[in-house]
Amino acid sequence: MNRIIGGIGTSHVPVLGATIDGGRTETDEWKALFDDYVPAQSWLSEVQPDVAIVIYNDHASAFSLDMLPTFAVGVAAEYKPADEGWGPRPIPTLKGDPDLSWGMVESLVESGFDITVCQQLDVDHGLTVPLSILWGQPESWPVKVIPIAVNVIQYPLPSPQRCLALGRAIRNAVSSVQGDSKILMVGTGGMSHQLQGARAGLINTPFDRMFLDKISSDPDSLAAMSVSDYIREAGSEGAELIMWLIMRGALGPNVEKVHSAYHVPASNTAAGMVVLADK
Amino acid sequence: MLKPNVYQEPSKRDYEQIPGTIVFDGRRATAGYALNRMCISLNSEQNREKFSKDAVSYMNKFGLTVEQREAVMKRDWLRMLELGANIFFAFKIAIVDGLTMQHVAASMCGLDIAEYKAMMRDGGRGL
Repeated sequence: MNRIIGGIGTSHVPVLGATIDGGRTETDEWKALFDDYVPAQSWLSEVQPDVAIVIYNDHASAFSLDMLPTFAVGVAAEYKPADEGWGPRPIPTLKGDPDLSWGMVESLVESGFDITVCQQLDVDHGLTVPLSILWGQPESWPVKVIPIAVNVIQYPLPSPQRCLALGRAIRNAVSSVQGDSKILMVGTGGMSHQLQGARAGLINTPFDRMFLDKISSDPDSLAAMSVSDYIREAGSEGAELIMWLIMRGALGPNVEKVHSAYHVPASNTAAGMVVLADK
Repeated sequence: MLKPNVYQEPSKRDYEQIPGTIVFDGRRATAGYALNRMCISLNSEQNREKFSKDAVSYMNKFGLTVEQREAVMKRDWLRMLELGANIFFAFKIAIVDGLTMQHVAASMCGLDIAEYKAMMRDGGRGL
């Protein structure tokens, strides 16, 4: 049976991808941050997932404002890195898992999540930077990837409650599909940051620390906050953190916290990580 | 220039009370639609070249308002957002200019880039 072995929440800041691509992770500016990702990499080489379901948001790459789905699931056999304005990142094309994707889509729609289905989806830094953080610069990615894109850039955003519920529906969905894959959930984005307006540069470390704690022990309390609460506390772009709730919802009620990390700043952002093993 | 939302007065929306923050909602998406379409077209290398060579002609193909065109020409990022640009779309222009998101963020909060970087190194702007 397919089973979810755990979940990782991580920031997806573009500069982290550029730093890996440019071979600068050992420099004084970046070494401490990247050293803190090593326990996550070690855990992954121990548990060896086959598939990563990555919850991310598109940043004006694959989705224009002509059509912007609230939740979209990729069902393609492969996904290419998007040209976001700098040219595509120099990373391998991602392999998908169409059978598992379509099975999940059927189950999700049956359970009331009327998601958008994507056969063609170029993926931007929101998805690819976490892959690089977790697996470095491989010749090919060691996991198949199923992208789940969430609208967090145009109001109204899905509610935190709905995100947690989608995660729980994903847990049911993967176990309903035939197969024997070990599945890793990845929730991306955050932590606190604001890229715009007079409040640009916002970092709220007490909020981030609280979030890093509650994401394992009490995700329902995080889902009880409103989107406006997230914008106020974590910044207009820090509201991306609601995507970690989808990851968390797909895990069982009890998880083991394997690792967490927190660094300020990565460019404009508080870069956080949590690694949770399913019990 | 934004029309009131039909469901709730903008001034009554709780996110409008958050200081220094422009939430990209339906009113702004409507006002900024053409501008954001122009911005996302810069995902193509060919279009980036055209925009770099002659931004005015390039913008004319998209039906921007006069104010929006002026804000783009001045690289007035805050004004672009006030006129309906989404930050991730407006940032495509900054990429063409060779700027980072730190440059854009610094400009919007009225700091020069060195001051902004120092603020971030010191732990960022508090609540």
